[in-house]
Amino acid sequence: MADLLPEHPDFLWRNPEPKSSYDVVIIGGGGHGLATAYYLAKNHGITNVAVLERGWLAGGNMARNTTIIRSNYLWDESAAIYEHSLKQWEVLPDELDYDFLFSQRGVLNLAHTLQDVRDSVRRCEANRLNGVDAEWLDADQVKEVCPIINTSDDIRYPVLGATYQPRAGIAKHDHVAWAFARKADELGVDLIQDCEVTGIVKDGNRVVGVQTSRGTISAGKVALCAAGHSSVLAEMAGFDLPIQSHPLQALVSELHQPVHPTVVMSNHVHVYVSQAHKGELVMGAGVDAYNGYGQRGGFHVIEEQMAAAVELFPIFARAHLLRTWGGIVDVTPDASPVVSKTPIDQLYVNCGWGTGGFKGTPGAGWTMAHTIAHDEPHEYNAPFALERFSTGALIDEHGAAAVAH
Amino acid sequence: MILISCPDCGARDETEFHYGGQAHVPYPEDPSTLSDEEWGRYLFYRENTKGIFAERWVHSSGCRKWFNVLRDTVTYRIAAVYRNGEPRPTLDGDSQ
Ligand SMILES: Cc1cc2nc3c(=O)[nH]c(=O)nc-3n(C[C@H](O)[C@H](O)[C@H](O)COP(=O)(O)OP(=O)(O)OC[C@H]3O[C@@H](n4cnc5c(N)ncnc54)[C@H](O)[C@@H]3O)c2cc1C
Ligand SMILES: [Zn+2]
Repeated sequence: MADLLPEHPDFLWRNPEPKSSYDVVIIGGGGHGLATAYYLAKNHGITNVAVLERGWLAGGNMARNTTIIRSNYLWDESAAIYEHSLKQWEVLPDELDYDFLFSQRGVLNLAHTLQDVRDSVRRCEANRLNGVDAEWLDADQVKEVCPIINTSDDIRYPVLGATYQPRAGIAKHDHVAWAFARKADELGVDLIQDCEVTGIVKDGNRVVGVQTSRGTISAGKVALCAAGHSSVLAEMAGFDLPIQSHPLQALVSELHQPVHPTVVMSNHVHVYVSQAHKGELVMGAGVDAYNGYGQRGGFHVIEEQMAAAVELFPIFARAHLLRTWGGIVDVTPDASPVVSKTPIDQLYVNCGWGTGGFKGTPGAGWTMAHTIAHDEPHEYNAPFALERFSTGALIDEHGAAAVAH
Repeated sequence: MILISCPDCGARDETEFHYGGQAHVPYPEDPSTLSDEEWGRYLFYRENTKGIFAERWVHSSGCRKWFNVLRDTVTYRIAAVYRNGEPRPTLDGDSQ
């Protein structure tokens, strides 16, 4: 497997000094900020753009996530944006001219209780009505797709079946960021690392620039793509977000021969597992309960997810834990993102993707770029505006999202 | 794992507790007079402080009482624990 990995690339983008002014300033150089910059340039011809990143590109959640990509969410609004995203994943390796190891190995979302079964079958039907590939598999069919799963009926929460989305999969997250970064840079976008935004400059109710650790930069429009730090930036701009920032942890085992052919997620026993191209078993679960900006969490959360993994996959019992880490995820009340205009003119926000925004990277960038370019949302992100928290038109995806995505 | 000092039971592991989010959020005095925006703010908006945060915990596997904690959301260090109904304590270095 290891020989499939691409060579470590050369420098992929310029590292320019910030100019004094841009048409659009994007705050946050994670996947979403980079994809927004790329689609601004490619779909809308807007190239006088800077992405400001306080650390290094993809140093936030982008290169900390467990890289699961899928679009099997329940509601029509979610199906539209996540499926658009998945369709972009299918063309992006060619479009960005970068093989970032997008592997459509499918995802199984396990059901362990009668209620799980009913909810899962319902979600499959909803997915199919929305043109999202989805099948309900019984326990024997689950075993065919993933032979190492324990489907015996003598475990605490037996596997009763699973939803299966064959087009789902994983990709190499850091390479995805570099692919977007390289193309955005080629199209003229300035990627500026080590540049922390410390204030938002306004003229009346209109944003006109940002203060940064490298000086003040004026901007026609400003886009917040800061994931876990979205609330901090919104506060600088003078508005609030319905977001709570939580630690979310993940872990990898040492390298193993390929044993796990797909992605398996279980909301009920709280773990999800895939095997990376290099051979590590990659696992994650839910967020740590408390609010946290520390990029780390409690070991009991890791312990619980490993216990669940060993119950589902007895052959992992002797695998060794190699490394654990955490990111800061931006959680909304309905487990759906916010891609929206804000109460401040010419200021836009993309956040709230929480535990599941890696898969949404192309969709977030696509719709955010449209919103910035037209000062109006794209049809795919219109339902994900901030207004839903006063109209009550929530898009509740806790069922499809529960363990983290 | 953090160690939390329940006001009644003393220091126990985090796994004995459940989290309740931001403290000191009063129920609106007259909910029927609120606009949709105001009601939405009460339901869905909570502070998301980076730094010292006043938050609620319940000792679910112990005395089952709710209480409040001042905790730094960056270091996770607990600065103060106080009972329900008591005002938020002032810390050394607080600006107010
Ligand atoms: C452990 C873990 C596992 C996950 N697993 C999955 C998964 O399997 N599938 C999935 O779809 N999603 C997953 N996610 C979620 C996904 O990673 C995020 O939703 C997504 O990465 C968020 O968008 P982003 O890439 O732009 O965020 P980030 O990479 O966090 O980008 C935000 C950037 O903003 C920068 N920033 C913040 N404040 C400032 C400032 N003041 N000035 C300048 N820059 C600033 C940060 O440094 C950061 O680089 C996971 C997340 C974690 C933590
Ligand atoms: Zn107690």
